[in-house]
Amino acid sequence: MRLNICNGTQKFMLNKIEFLLHLADNALIIGHRSSEWCAHGPVLEQDIAISNIALDYIGQARNFYQYAALRLNELPPESSVFNLPATEDTLAYLRDANDFKNHLITELPNGDWAFTTLRIFFFSSYQYFLYQQLIQHEDAQIAAIAEKSLKEVTYHLRWSSDWVIRLGDGTTESYQRMNTAINALWPYTQELFQENNFLQPAKNILAQIQIDWNEKIKNVFEEAGLPLPEKSIQHKGGTQGFHTEHLPIILTEMQLLQRAYPNCEW
Amino acid sequence: MSTHSNSKIEWPLWEIFVRSKQGLDHKHVGSLHAADAAMAIENARDVYTRRMEGISIWAVESKNIHASNPDEAGSLYDPANDKAYRHPTFYDLPNEVEYM
Repeated sequence: MRLNICNGTQKFMLNKIEFLLHLADNALIIGHRSSEWCAHGPVLEQDIAISNIALDYIGQARNFYQYAALRLNELPPESSVFNLPATEDTLAYLRDANDFKNHLITELPNGDWAFTTLRIFFFSSYQYFLYQQLIQHEDAQIAAIAEKSLKEVTYHLRWSSDWVIRLGDGTTESYQRMNTAINALWPYTQELFQENNFLQPAKNILAQIQIDWNEKIKNVFEEAGLPLPEKSIQHKGGTQGFHTEHLPIILTEMQLLQRAYPNCEW
Repeated sequence: MSTHSNSKIEWPLWEIFVRSKQGLDHKHVGSLHAADAAMAIENARDVYTRRMEGISIWAVESKNIHASNPDEAGSLYDPANDKAYRHPTFYDLPNEVEYM
């Protein structure tokens, strides 16, 4: 989706819409990844736990998409090349991979249970501190969604921290797996704090979120007996639409029905 | 059957009690597996309270529950059968007491 910018007010609104889409895309993609565990969890209880978490994410995505659609539909049609009217479904199912603004960490394949729980730990730590800031957002709707979601994220963070500690402080094999997951995921962590156009208003809060995030990771890793990784190469570009090869594969599966049978309902 | 018996050690079983409202009792809702008490409560939250069923959870490891023997049911419970006078049904209630 390319948005043509007309004037100052509209530019402000387009930035906000891009920001909303970014929040929604993050939640949708990590929600879809989490949902892939449904019926494949290591034990029944954890299968239900991660399926619940997946549903929380999809719920957050819906809230942000609905609000983005509302704002998009208020724009003059000529300022947008996107098919209007937009709905939560058109935004989720009819955009291409390079329109998606999610962080790369959300789209990586699940790997094993260590990778899955560590990814949710890294991401929900980030969401936890981000939503705490968004509660004070000048846009009341964004603040309300953040407040509702924060309770869910607080639980995701607790659940995933527990797993990082259990596996890190568990057996030789579980420690090894968690260590492998850290090395695989660390190069995707710093993108979370990278500034870009639509995050411009959030510029100051990103620095604070990064400080809080580092502290949280340090504490949990310490309890888990896991080493903090050295500086490593960092992958970036997700928020600009430059994704890994994994995102188109997710979208192909997720969007198949709407692409094959446009406007179908059941 | 399994040659990987080490990796198949089952987590202990826990009995889960959920209180649905402030002021009500915890009620037994079922059981689940968990590695320890903290995980039992989190699992119970995910398994038994996902439709707003509760506001408080107790988890008790199943091995700590002691049960009466079903074979002794006759001597334990049947004698209460013909003791109707133990029910508080032999009182005249004043009309002012509406709900008893």
